Amino acid sequence: MSALAPVLEPLTVLIAEDSATDLLLLSTIIRRQGHHVLTASNGVEAVDLFARERPQLVLMDALMPVMDGFEAARRIKQLAGEALVPIIFLTSLRQSEALAECLDAGGDDFLPKPYNPLILAAKINAMDRLRRLQATVLQQRDLIAKHHDYLLHEQRVAKAVFDKVAHSGCINAAPNIRYLQSPYALFNGDLLLAAYTPAGDMHVLLGDFTGHGLPAAVGAMPLAEVFYGMTAKGYGLTQILREMNAKLKRILPVDMFCCAALLCLSTQRRVVEVWNGGMPDGYVHEVATGKRTPLVSRHLPLGVLSAQAFEDRTEVWPMALGDRVFLLSDGVLDTADANEQLFGAERLQQVFAANREPDCLFEDIEQALAAFCGEVRDDVSMVEITLQAGQSMRATGPLYADSGQSCPLDWSVGFEFRAETLKRYNPLPYLLQLLLEIHGLREQSGALYSVMAELYSNALEHGVLGLDSRLKRDAEGFAQYYRERNERLMRLNSGYVRVQVQVAPTVTGGRMSLRIEDSGPGFDVEQVLARPLDVDRLSGRGLSLVRQLSSDVRWSDGGRSVCVEFCWEALA
Amino acid sequence: MVEVHLDPDVLSGLQEVMEGEYPKLLDTFLDDSQKRVEALRKARDDAKALALIAHSFKGSSGNLGAVRLAHLCQRLEVESVEAAADLGALVDQIDHEFALVKPLYESERQRFQL
Repeated sequence: MSALAPVLEPLTVLIAEDSATDLLLLSTIIRRQGHHVLTASNGVEAVDLFARERPQLVLMDALMPVMDGFEAARRIKQLAGEALVPIIFLTSLRQSEALAECLDAGGDDFLPKPYNPLILAAKINAMDRLRRLQATVLQQRDLIAKHHDYLLHEQRVAKAVFDKVAHSGCINAAPNIRYLQSPYALFNGDLLLAAYTPAGDMHVLLGDFTGHGLPAAVGAMPLAEVFYGMTAKGYGLTQILREMNAKLKRILPVDMFCCAALLCLSTQRRVVEVWNGGMPDGYVHEVATGKRTPLVSRHLPLGVLSAQAFEDRTEVWPMALGDRVFLLSDGVLDTADANEQLFGAERLQQVFAANREPDCLFEDIEQALAAFCGEVRDDVSMVEITLQAGQSMRATGPLYADSGQSCPLDWSVGFEFRAETLKRYNPLPYLLQLLLEIHGLREQSGALYSVMAELYSNALEHGVLGLDSRLKRDAEGFAQYYRERNERLMRLNSGYVRVQVQVAPTVTGGRMSLRIEDSGPGFDVEQVLARPLDVDRLSGRGLSLVRQLSSDVRWSDGGRSVCVEFCWEALA
Repeated sequence: MVEVHLDPDVLSGLQEVMEGEYPKLLDTFLDDSQKRVEALRKARDDAKALALIAHSFKGSSGNLGAVRLAHLCQRLEVESVEAAADLGALVDQIDHEFALVKPLYESERQRFQL
């Protein structure tokens, strides 16, 4: 007996055997080996005893009266369910059919007669190892299932929170946006945001964080906050990009970043301004000609470069009403077929070329992807924005906490922004915040911002930088104009833009005059104003807009100084 | 064919394994075997019943070292499915063999007083 392997943990062993001699012999051997023994002398007793006592291992004689060992084994396996209860058949059966029947009935091993205590102990130990292994597997499976449920729950909560943040924009409300995105795209790192600027332009961001799951989603929150906060305050793409980049650089680990395409669509100015860092080429689709201009990635993703090295240079493309901008995530191009071949940009171009009904473009792409790989992956994001007339000049500005009693009504202030500031600072959001302290003006904040933005960019581009707006008469000149603008701004070392604000009460409410002066050579106001309005779609748009939106516009000092007035009625 | 009636090595092995339970095992075997021999006699003409009893008797006699008895039981178990076999003769042989080994087990039992 001393040669027996030590027993890890005593088991309860059920022995079913109709021969009293064999039963006594076996139960004595097994008891000596340290286990607890239950005995049955036929199959029915064995099944009853199993149901009652749940032994961990069964030694089963094959041929017994009342119910034989095969039937009893089948019933015991059924009662045991997923847990492994090893059944060792006690048999001197020699025919292979009979042995096969033991296995069919659920037997795990055999013990031949006459019994050998050493073999018996070894078999019990081996079966116990199997039993434990199975128990561990089941336990781990249940644990994984539990963790999985927990993870899904966490993702649901995170998604619910994030949806509140993400959908605070106009992605679902704007009639001119179509998009396709898995509801759990957030956990693939895909992010789609859209919001109106105070001037009624639309900012759209399609981002793709590295990684999957919660880590990919974590960066989305601060990004969305910066996007919405700064868009609502009137910041331009470059400021928003710088802030996003700096924030992600600060909070994300080095191996995490966000590929992103950021757009500003302006119906008023008929342009789209684009920054693409690491996203696949998007496209501006000129509906009249069918031409698609790629919006190529020219930058590293957000969160990679330091603030000093970050490049905020954007490109501007002209758009006509009805033209569309299309952005996509790399899930579209990286969809692979059974042979690991990627869908790729060329196949996408073929879908574009074959597309007859522009409103069915997404469906066409989805069908092409499904035909290519059998199914559409859940990290495929696409968005298409159509330039539409009549986008409202709604103010999506910040909420105000004060009641209006502290509204200042009689003051003036003046600024002078000089070369170094003009190069890298956009004073408009700051000025807008200041002017929105005047509660009477909040109703008109969209118009106010549009006018201010137009006059400021006139002062900067035509005044200080000396650019001729007539350059913008065609698409080529348009691109040249913006290239020139960037280059001259980089080289700028003198000049200024002055902004003067005067606020005064009137009998019925109040009046705000905004005067903007620049250091440029001025222009022939009479001649420019005499040009027919909207003679072409790319230039001359700004001034007509200003005259349309403000109650009074006057130029002086040879076109170097312009003054607009906004009036309001006293609030009830 | 010369066959051993009782293998003394099996008995000494059992004594080692069973320790204090050894005399009880011998008692149980004697009692159990007596019942099986009687059952075999009663079931002379029922081949199926003979097979089941022989199967069980073969196991216990094998475990207790009654080599020839176990061998006869095995023959009965196998031959009980053959229609032409003379099962009655085999039952008689088993009867005879048990009568022969029974005193051997009894004298082994005598060595241990309860």
